[in-house]
Amino acid sequence: MEHFLEQVLNGFQLGLMYALIALGYTMVYGVVQLINFAHGDVFMVGAFLGYFGFAVWGLPLPLAILLAMASCALLGVIIERIAYRPLRYAPKIAALISAIGVSLFLEYFSSLKFVFGPNYRVVPRPFPEIQWKIAGLTVTNIQVIVFVVVLIMLILLQILIYRTKTGMAMRTVAVDHNAARLMGVNVDTTISITFAIGSAFAALGGVLYAIAYPQIHPFMGIMPGLKAFTAAVLGGIGIIPGAVLGALIMGQVETLTSAYISSQMRDAIAFAILILVLLFRPTGLLGRTETEKV
Amino acid sequence: MILQVKDLEVYYGSIRALQGISFHVSKGEIVTLIGANGAGKSTTLRTISGLLTPRQGEIYFQGQKINRIPAHQIVKMGISHVPEGRQIFPNLTVMENLLMGAYTRRNRSEIQETLEEVFTRFPRLKERARQLAGTLSGGEQQMLAMGRGLMSKPTLLILDEPSMGLSPLLVEEIFEIIKNINQQGTTILLVEQNAYMALQIAHRAYVLETGRIVLSGTSNEVQSNPQIRSAYLGEIEKED
Repeated sequence: MEHFLEQVLNGFQLGLMYALIALGYTMVYGVVQLINFAHGDVFMVGAFLGYFGFAVWGLPLPLAILLAMASCALLGVIIERIAYRPLRYAPKIAALISAIGVSLFLEYFSSLKFVFGPNYRVVPRPFPEIQWKIAGLTVTNIQVIVFVVVLIMLILLQILIYRTKTGMAMRTVAVDHNAARLMGVNVDTTISITFAIGSAFAALGGVLYAIAYPQIHPFMGIMPGLKAFTAAVLGGIGIIPGAVLGALIMGQVETLTSAYISSQMRDAIAFAILILVLLFRPTGLLGRTETEKV
Repeated sequence: MILQVKDLEVYYGSIRALQGISFHVSKGEIVTLIGANGAGKSTTLRTISGLLTPRQGEIYFQGQKINRIPAHQIVKMGISHVPEGRQIFPNLTVMENLLMGAYTRRNRSEIQETLEEVFTRFPRLKERARQLAGTLSGGEQQMLAMGRGLMSKPTLLILDEPSMGLSPLLVEEIFEIIKNINQQGTTILLVEQNAYMALQIAHRAYVLETGRIVLSGTSNEVQSNPQIRSAYLGEIEKED
């Protein structure tokens, strides 16, 4: 039983990190109806920048995280500007192919010797790991930090989207670009802001991931990216609470499969979920199935 | 003259939707564009508000050329476009929809003042302020769309098919409100398929046919034109 609860806790930690990535997928999908397949690679860039920040350049951890988030926000904005905006009103498949191109570019460009290099790097702990025994359960300070940081970010995001003018603009752009324009919303700027926020979240996820699972390499974004994408689809793509819910479920499924079935089955089951959701509930757990009133 | 449109040509790909139309709207007027489906009425409105870019021709608003200015800046200049099909934001509350109408305005107390005016004009919206806009009835959604359009305090209010899909009783009510908004000083450019109702409240009218203006004049002149009577007002020409 204690073992089970510990697995649930591990799954929760993994799920929270997936949530940080899944939010970017779902927010971007919300405003431009595009699956940004380069998103997992932005997560990778974030992990590397965080690592360089605290392990190579000797910055304090919070500063290293902020640097990674700010740089990735800029990277996200640039990706949208160059690779997606010119195709925004073209058939969806064009932007999707462009996204795959950007993804491969980021992976192989990062692998170059003068960029991040092709090798695995071990991430040193930025702080000593502490374990606590609480009612027989082992809890680590990393888990607590991940939980607190993600919770704070979710609250901030909620405030941004539901309590600010920018958030209101984002919600109108999600409905209809032209209707938003008629209100005076600069749609391009709003989309850029959305990419910036989504990418900053992915970067934060990347740094936390590198701290919790301390090994990084240029292709590390692929799997978490696909899992988070699955999470976003599971919760209902475009729906923000859905991304968090889907991510938490994915974290549990993955951890419990590893613990009780087989760790080799982990990814197969994760993607089987994607297929099942697409077949039986394409709008996701929180997605509405009825048509909108005209 | 508040709005002047000169030789406007608009294309969708290679299709010429507007074949060089010219018209104007003077301060304090209600001007209506009438015509059949596909005549180019909505295209004209979308071009004025900056959603479409004309290939030829010019649009002047209060003396300033606006045909290269993006839509989100045109709102700020004083043109408010209530689009066809209302286009309210169903996932936002009624209140948020109204506040979106004032998106370009900064002064909170002035926005509050306009909000009170809108609530006085449309009391139903006040009752439903906290409800999601998607849950409103068709008539309420039209009122919300118009209220939202008024929230920017426009000099020129553009209305595209405000009577679409509404019951005759609601149509009467909406047109009464439009007349009232105009009497309180807002200039209105109105597009309608319901030519009869539009001509009742408009000062002047232009008739569009396949991207051209084929007739213009005061509402009375247009209304008494025999061709218009048969084509748009549903009257059958008597055979002697």
